Amino acid sequence: MSTTYLIKNVSVLGGEPTDLLLRDGVVADAADAPADAETIDATGLIALPGLVDLHTHLREPGREDAETVETGTRAAALGGFTAVHAMANTEPVADTAGVVEQVWRLGREAGYCDVYPVGAVTVGLEGERLAELGAMADSAARVRVFSDDGKCVSDAVLMRRALEYVKAFDGVVAQHAQEPRLTEGAQMNEGELSGRLGLAGWPAVAEEAIIARDVLLAQHVGSRLHVCHLSTAGSVDIVRWAKAKGVDVTAEACPHHLLLTDELAATYDPIYKVNPPLRSAADVEAVKAGLADGTIDIVATDHAPHPHEDKDCEWAAAAFGMLGLETALSIVQQTMVDTGLLDWAGVAERMSYAPARIGRVSDQHGRPVEVGEPANVVLYDPGATRTVDPAESASLSRNTPYRGMELPGRVVATFLRGRATVLDGKLQ
Amino acid sequence: MKRHLLSAGDLSRDDAELILTTAAELRELADRPIKKLPALRGRTVVNLFFEDSTRTRISFEAAAKRLSADVINFAAKGSSLSKGESLKDTALTLEAMGADAVVVRHGASGAPHRLANSGWVRSSVVNAGDGTHEHPTQALLDAFTMTRHLSGGKPTLEGRRIAIVGDVLHSRVARSNALLLHTLGAEVTLVAPPTLLPVGVDSWPVETSYDLDAVIPKADAVMMLRVQRERMHGGFFPTAREYSRRYGLDGRRMATLQDHTIVMHPGPMVRGMEITADVADSERSVIVEQVTNGVAVRMAVLYLLLGGSEPAVGGEE
Repeated sequence: MSTTYLIKNVSVLGGEPTDLLLRDGVVADAADAPADAETIDATGLIALPGLVDLHTHLREPGREDAETVETGTRAAALGGFTAVHAMANTEPVADTAGVVEQVWRLGREAGYCDVYPVGAVTVGLEGERLAELGAMADSAARVRVFSDDGKCVSDAVLMRRALEYVKAFDGVVAQHAQEPRLTEGAQMNEGELSGRLGLAGWPAVAEEAIIARDVLLAQHVGSRLHVCHLSTAGSVDIVRWAKAKGVDVTAEACPHHLLLTDELAATYDPIYKVNPPLRSAADVEAVKAGLADGTIDIVATDHAPHPHEDKDCEWAAAAFGMLGLETALSIVQQTMVDTGLLDWAGVAERMSYAPARIGRVSDQHGRPVEVGEPANVVLYDPGATRTVDPAESASLSRNTPYRGMELPGRVVATFLRGRATVLDGKLQ
Repeated sequence: MKRHLLSAGDLSRDDAELILTTAAELRELADRPIKKLPALRGRTVVNLFFEDSTRTRISFEAAAKRLSADVINFAAKGSSLSKGESLKDTALTLEAMGADAVVVRHGASGAPHRLANSGWVRSSVVNAGDGTHEHPTQALLDAFTMTRHLSGGKPTLEGRRIAIVGDVLHSRVARSNALLLHTLGAEVTLVAPPTLLPVGVDSWPVETSYDLDAVIPKADAVMMLRVQRERMHGGFFPTAREYSRRYGLDGRRMATLQDHTIVMHPGPMVRGMEITADVADSERSVIVEQVTNGVAVRMAVLYLLLGGSEPAVGGEE
């Protein structure tokens, strides 16, 4: 039988210290703890519900040199995640039931966290015709989130049809908002610095124009829309307006957009190259405020592993993207909790409950840490500090922008249905 | 001076004046029958060109050879790069060959910066033009040419009015000139249609204008930038003819210049587009002299970067 864990003196969501029993995959009453239970002294630790990432690139199939489902989910477990949604831009693209079932099965075999494949909206991410969304929804992977992430569904009619079509199985379209003509060859945030550095600009309006169009489309057809990696102050305003109008829209922000700014591009080091790009300090403040007031529903990592050679080169030749799974919770603590913008209940909402609801996996994940609930739990030490060493990452890739930075907090343990995937900060 | 020359913005006023003064000394060599100095004997300069630019490459090559350096020309096309070798591996190869200075031309903005700061090479890096970022030695030769005509050869442009006209958005020449000419005390005005001015240009140390006719009568030098043919397909302006009418320098506009005003162009020119033939070939045009001065300025840069502490001219040979 699986190990029973008695967690002593833990502060659930930052509340008064209490004891938790994890037995047979569920949270049980600590008073019923058997004598042979494995006891964990969790004094000073916080218990959070297992984190849920709505935006992860696991790269398999196709780019197993950058990441595999196994290595990516190991990184996820170390970051406190018990569920990740694997983006569709693999090779081949996850645009058929066959590919999503493969990714789903690989996740089950790895066993570090639950892997929910995201299906492509259009065949081959080409933006020309709908992929077989229904087949992916009906597959063993039970896909509910559809996205051409990396590319924007820029054709307004196609976007409208996708929004309408997924209603049949309670799906959601997660849009990578990037007007393609306004961002041809784009390398970094368009502003004073891009002009000075001679790097082609990625203007805020290219994101905001698509979000504005999509919230109007979602309102028109009465569908559910999710906005991926929102990065600008204008985007926050548009989503806030849409929510006030009753549009069924949700939005995510990435940890790097809560902390890093476009000034880092002045190094020409493509470790800071990401899409959407790092924005201005004013955008960062607006995104943080939007996350605090609930305009932005969730934090999602956009964990994007790339092999070393794709970053150890000139900026324009480098790939977009940065690692995120193992540092997300620390970045959120530093930018949102330590600044007083969110409490731990707010973190649980934005990194577990809400992403699970959006992804329609709330039967298993994003549940409160309470007796009778699935034992998906993270133990986190907010008082710890660590210096990020890329070599220590469980990811196959090393492209973290936080190299050498001192970050607060440490994931001490992660439990997936009562089984420890991480104990004492180490993979099990 | 710093160990690398990556941006005109890296140069303090003292640095810039030192380069111009050194270039003036070296410029005298061009008029001598024997044009060679021993200053960099035994040193190796690599010209690493990832973009075709015969003009800039031969200018650097002549500069290095006149200082007695060994020169290796490495053109990316026809080398292993066309087979997919990375910038890093190329750099490591050059390092293994013992390059003291790498002169790099690259299509990607920031590539020389990467070369200098990634630990791939120990040699000095000279930016010979990177993407739409900078071309600092072009700015130095432009400034040098201006000082010869406008300041009696003194290394200053204090109070001089310089108009830079054309595709500023995509121009590494304009970026470097805006920074360097400002450092030397000049008042720079960038003239272009709004579509060809970069976002954020109002934070640069320059004035901007959309009206060429209003600017050039007050200018001491007018620098015309090349307009690349592919910009016409990018929708930056309606037609080549309209561009020429509004932003081209022709005989009629030249007649509005002050008597002492010079006309410059970094080359290669598109005659009939940004500049008409009668202007390019006029008495005011210093375009050919810019080329001569380019060699002297690049000699000065190589000499100073490679640690020339003795005066460049006057050594034994």
